[in-house]
Amino acid sequence: MTEPLLRLSGLTKAYPGVVANKDVSFNIGRGEVHALLGENGAGKSTLVKTIYGLVKPDAGTMTLEGQPFQPPEPRAARAAGVAMVFQHFSLFDAMNVAENIALGMENPPPQAEIAAQVRNVSDQYGLPLDPDRVVGELSAGERQRVEIIRCLLQDPKLLIMDEPTSVLTPQEVDILFETLRQLRAEGTAILYISHKLEEIRALCDNATVLRLGEVVGECDPRQTSARDMAELMVGSTLHVPEKADKPAGDVVLSLNGLSAKAPHQFGTALRDITLDVRKGEVLGIGGVAGNGQDELVAALSGEMKTNKAMITYKGQNIAHLPPNARRKIGLLAAPEERMGHAAAPDMSLTENAILTAMTREKLTSNGFLHWAKARNFAQEVIAAFDVRTPGPQNAARSLSGGNLQKFVIGREIMQTPEVLVVNQPTWGVDASAAAAIRQALLDLAEKGSAVIVISQDLDELMEISDSFAALNEGRLSAPRPAKGLTVEEIGLMLGGAHDMEVAHVEG
Amino acid sequence: MIMLEKRPQPSRGWIFATPVVAVLMTMFFGALLFAALGQDPLVTIRTIFLDPLFSEFAWFYRPQLLIKGAPLVLIAIGLSFGFRAGIWNIGAEGQYIVGAICGAAVGLAFYPMESFIIFPLMIIAGAIGGLMWAMIPGVLRVRFGTNEILVSLMLVYVAEQLLASMALGALRNPDGMGFPGSRNLSQYDSAANLEIIAGSGMHWGVVTAFIAVILAYIALSRHIFGFNVRLSGQSPRAARFAGVNPGKLILICMGISGALAGLAGLFEVAGPAGQISIDFNVGYGFTAIIVAFLGRLHPVGILLAGGLMALTYIGGEIAQSNLGLPIAAIQILQGMLLFFLLAVDVLTNYRIKFGRERTA
Repeated sequence: MTEPLLRLSGLTKAYPGVVANKDVSFNIGRGEVHALLGENGAGKSTLVKTIYGLVKPDAGTMTLEGQPFQPPEPRAARAAGVAMVFQHFSLFDAMNVAENIALGMENPPPQAEIAAQVRNVSDQYGLPLDPDRVVGELSAGERQRVEIIRCLLQDPKLLIMDEPTSVLTPQEVDILFETLRQLRAEGTAILYISHKLEEIRALCDNATVLRLGEVVGECDPRQTSARDMAELMVGSTLHVPEKADKPAGDVVLSLNGLSAKAPHQFGTALRDITLDVRKGEVLGIGGVAGNGQDELVAALSGEMKTNKAMITYKGQNIAHLPPNARRKIGLLAAPEERMGHAAAPDMSLTENAILTAMTREKLTSNGFLHWAKARNFAQEVIAAFDVRTPGPQNAARSLSGGNLQKFVIGREIMQTPEVLVVNQPTWGVDASAAAAIRQALLDLAEKGSAVIVISQDLDELMEISDSFAALNEGRLSAPRPAKGLTVEEIGLMLGGAHDMEVAHVEG
Repeated sequence: MIMLEKRPQPSRGWIFATPVVAVLMTMFFGALLFAALGQDPLVTIRTIFLDPLFSEFAWFYRPQLLIKGAPLVLIAIGLSFGFRAGIWNIGAEGQYIVGAICGAAVGLAFYPMESFIIFPLMIIAGAIGGLMWAMIPGVLRVRFGTNEILVSLMLVYVAEQLLASMALGALRNPDGMGFPGSRNLSQYDSAANLEIIAGSGMHWGVVTAFIAVILAYIALSRHIFGFNVRLSGQSPRAARFAGVNPGKLILICMGISGALAGLAGLFEVAGPAGQISIDFNVGYGFTAIIVAFLGRLHPVGILLAGGLMALTYIGGEIAQSNLGLPIAAIQILQGMLLFFLLAVDVLTNYRIKFGRERTA
């Protein structure tokens, strides 16, 4: 194979304040399954969007089959033979499969013909799918098949898949892998983006690892251990702060074999999570999003009911308590999604302060609201956390993401919780504000509160955590002291590679 | 190319301006409609909107305004809680009917005894009747996830059949010489919903409607219940995070709207209507939906909107008798009002931008 199918050289793309891709170069050959690895924010999405014509690079060139390739829009990329299956599907629930596929076409043939083509492709690649079924009734795996078949009808040379297995059941993953292997055998190249190391080892021929927008390594995943890949992804430059040894406080919160079914179709079940959190301790929980973080926060905040005695707070069973009863005794939480979950976008900041603070800050009496008190509390949060807004009467949706995040985290910290659970506390927040939030979390722990920080940002967790655990497919690894953890140990805890050996034996 | 651009905050000015603009647009297009029907548009608009208040017979029409407006306001106030929380009780008409049947039945059961306790008992029975009828779609939604829009709407037709059966059967006036319809409650002193001041139109239903407006205002602006209602409508997930139990909220909102609709039915049957008859209900339950939205789901707004809607009812009747305007034309006018309101409402959250679409 002399000329690779796709050659990327020196691709650079900068956004205000962040370089998403810096001098990225690698090649993808015909019939190659190429993995793109990296943590969140490493620049994977920007890179594939560049290839698919959604992002215009600042510098660098691409060639496809030796020809210069600069798609100005996805349509041009598709015409050149590049197809992409997105992580989030763009399908209309009320229409059937064939109609949905026709919608994505430039000049759709008659429905019957599309249906015939869909049946044909679905037989050929072992992707069972009935073109007459309504999309709303399909499972996530079947919806993904619609997207894949839509791509295959274009007869692509390169198929890009963004986190394809994140919504699939293990059985669906097996079917998908069979299809991808068959495509590879026919000469179609696949660019495969995933965090899941064991999948990549089972499927891919080559891997490029991105970190902070740069290519930091390439490897053959079949020859490389998950350990080495994890190390490449995480990098050996993790900043581990020197933390003074604090005397261990009393246990305030215990999870005793916490298990819960997935709350909805795309949720993750929690499996047997056991954990003790002590006063003054910062527990960092790492892991790729979608491995049970939201569910763990919901179980702790009281939004999701769990079975008896699975959660104890100061020796008292609280698994049955609703959110406000938990707030009352000092267990507070800040979920990841700020718009629509942690805050109501169309309500004012004062009203959003009432949202979680009414119990602890006594913003109501006999059910009647104290507006002045609520406004003062909102004002205090705004001042203490440097929230940029004209005032508490402004709607939450008028704030930028980072500012709202400061408000949402600040609102919980200002209530001086005894246990605070935060999910992705600095997601989308600029560097200085992120540092301020981390400092506030540390200060809270210093005063004797226990803090559970759930984050994908390992640097952040290493900076502030006393102990560290990783969440993977709803299971939590045993917490270990953060101090002295090596990069490879963290990588292995994160990648879920501890059970990898048993997981994928079939080839 | 005209584009809509989302405002960072809802425009305060437009919140107040949209109902006014909607009314003006309704008048304008209504005038076109009347002109097409061969009427003098200005005279027709004046007849509908001004004559009930300012003509030489206004002394007769003004009390009518209270009588027509009270049930609309009462029902709309109840609906506004659910509508704010995203719970769509479309079946207030049915709850109104069942409230009237239950209240009237209690009153008729005591006939011909005279006691001050009878009317209060009827009020309670009316409220409970409406509440129970609203609980059917409420419980089905909470328990089985059924669509409360459909169930509550279908129950209107069930309630209408029930009404007919009552008027012809169980509640028929034994002294009525076989005619359908119950005894006339307004002629039975202990059960009559009489005018508090004779000739004013001010009956107990009007008083209750005013009280409901005040209580609703306090609940929505000062009480945690109103806060939870608004929060649930805007961000269901945030509401759950704030500790709102969605099932409980659905039942409470359905209960409030059902009870108030039932009360409205009771006050109507014991007063202006007087008796349970086959054609007792005249669509207050449906018109109240327009009133609720026209009033921006705000208690004071609903009070004003209820007055306006009552005006079009009365003005419509005048136009019907004086100008020979078909009743359907009045109903179109009322429908237009909601239509224009919803259309103009877009401007509260969006601004119009003129310009060429950019291709990124």
